[in-house]
Amino acid sequence: MERVHRGLSDREAGRTAVLEPASALATARAGVWRRRLTSRAAAPYWQAAPLALVFAFFFVLPLVVMVVVSFWRYNEYSITPALVGDNYVSVFSGCVAELPSLCLTFKTYLSTLKFCVLAWALTLLLGFTVAYFLAFHVRSLTAQMALFLVCTIPFWTSNVIRMISWVPLLGRNGLVNGFLITAGLTREPQTWLLFSDFSVVLAFVHLYTMFMIVPIFNSMSRIDRALLEAARDAGASGWQALWNVVVPLSKPGIVIGSIFVVTMVMGDYVTIGVMGGQQIASIGKVIQVQLSYLQFPLAAANAVVLLAAVLMVIAAMTRLVDVRKEL
Amino acid sequence: MGDRRPPAFYALAAVFGLFVLFLYGPMLTIVVLSFQGPTGGLTFPMHGVSTHWFVSLWGGLGVVDIWAAFGRSLRLGLAVMVLTVVISLLAGYAFRRGFRGSSLVFYTAVASLIVPSIIVSLGIGVQFRLLDAAIKAAAEALGLAAFTESFATSAGTFTSGLGAHLTWTLPFGLLIMFAVFNRIDGRYEEAARDLGATPWQTFRHVVLPLIAPSLVGIALFGFTLSWDEAARSSQALGSDQNTLPLELTGLTTTVTNPEIYALGTATTTVSFAVILVSLLLFRTLSRRQARGR
Repeated sequence: MERVHRGLSDREAGRTAVLEPASALATARAGVWRRRLTSRAAAPYWQAAPLALVFAFFFVLPLVVMVVVSFWRYNEYSITPALVGDNYVSVFSGCVAELPSLCLTFKTYLSTLKFCVLAWALTLLLGFTVAYFLAFHVRSLTAQMALFLVCTIPFWTSNVIRMISWVPLLGRNGLVNGFLITAGLTREPQTWLLFSDFSVVLAFVHLYTMFMIVPIFNSMSRIDRALLEAARDAGASGWQALWNVVVPLSKPGIVIGSIFVVTMVMGDYVTIGVMGGQQIASIGKVIQVQLSYLQFPLAAANAVVLLAAVLMVIAAMTRLVDVRKEL
Repeated sequence: MGDRRPPAFYALAAVFGLFVLFLYGPMLTIVVLSFQGPTGGLTFPMHGVSTHWFVSLWGGLGVVDIWAAFGRSLRLGLAVMVLTVVISLLAGYAFRRGFRGSSLVFYTAVASLIVPSIIVSLGIGVQFRLLDAAIKAAAEALGLAAFTESFATSAGTFTSGLGAHLTWTLPFGLLIMFAVFNRIDGRYEEAARDLGATPWQTFRHVVLPLIAPSLVGIALFGFTLSWDEAARSSQALGSDQNTLPLELTGLTTTVTNPEIYALGTATTTVSFAVILVSLLLFRTLSRRQARGR
């Protein structure tokens, strides 16, 4: 569309130029050609170049380096170029032999899977509810934007601080335990509240629900309100309209939010580290520890396996929706 | 507006209210606790109210040079902010006209958003290590002994650190630019061109006023995402170049007094100041734009 408009205006410019003296026409033509060569054709390329270069040097190349290094050898002092599968063998050491009991890698992935499922289900439920409220029950656009902003502001503040802020609430002498004891619900302070699976999942929900709200709200605000009216007129109950109209039309947002949450949980080590009291395993943590011992090839092999797992999850999820169409 | 709300509204409003409490409540508790009296601990009750922990924070946190980290994070955040705005704007223009390979660049940007930060961080860390080795080998081959001795690493806040942060902020900037350019009516620019404006004049007097509020939004993302970034920086910074979030992550396991809350409050104050300034600027620019029409 854009191009068609441009073409037309160029042609119009040409038509008016015909009326002018020949020299002016020649200058105009030369100008047009110069513009075509310098700006029209080439412009998008140099405009996209900085972005492309940043991603090439700081994203694509590092991933290539990582894959290459995962096949290298290492000892305590150095890493040496090679093409061996040793690192992958040690990532999965004992995984087949020890079956049915699980090796460390499988156990870690299983624990990560558990966090993924819990965080995904809870953020989806909460995010969908909040987005639904904002999109369909808040009537004024100003109020909608203001409340939406209230939900997103914490996203611009530090995750680590948002994690730490649970400590005075959930700790042994925290507010929640204080309340439970005063209310006579428990005698001893509950220790499962903090530095536990519970606090890890709680922090994930706290940090990542925003990533569900934004895309789902985006999908919902595109839903034609007449469809809901039609559903009601056709005799659908509120729940039926929600399930058969709103949910299917929100699917793109749901999928995008789910991809965000699941991949962030899969690669996380900061949240699991801080909220798990550095006691709960995660792939990210394993990689980080290996890096601190300078076992780069081993860490790289672990990272490649993690990346493969993440890509498989994304591939499965994008089967459900064309992500690009939604932007 | 006179018609009655359905009962579902009240239930959903209650859920929303609780969600907001869930979002902000914990943050509020550490702000309150950072004003804990000198004898107070990490939890309630408050032992008086004082600015003791802020004063003690001001003096530094033992072995950790927190103010150096503060300065590094601030400078890095500002650099990331400026670069994110400029690069996203240029790329937004490029994508609008279309170019060969645009979908490849687009999917790379999306991938950069989704690939776990620890993986990107590891890649950059190892890449710069190999780069250092290559530089040293090259210097040795050229017989630059003095250089080889003094050279430590090419990794640092404004090389590997900056790059790592940009891989995180640029996808957001690009997605915002997409949304912005989707909404701009191309006829404004055509009108400017028909009136004889140069491409620069068209940008300066037509496009820029239209997109200025969104550029503020991109700047907000650029700064705050960098300011709070921990996972991507973890392996990608030189030694002793830790940013504030990294020091903070380390402190969670070692600090046993409210100093950490004072630090949290100080950091969050910076974040909120930036958010507030951005929102005010956004509103001012949007209003000016509305008046201009």
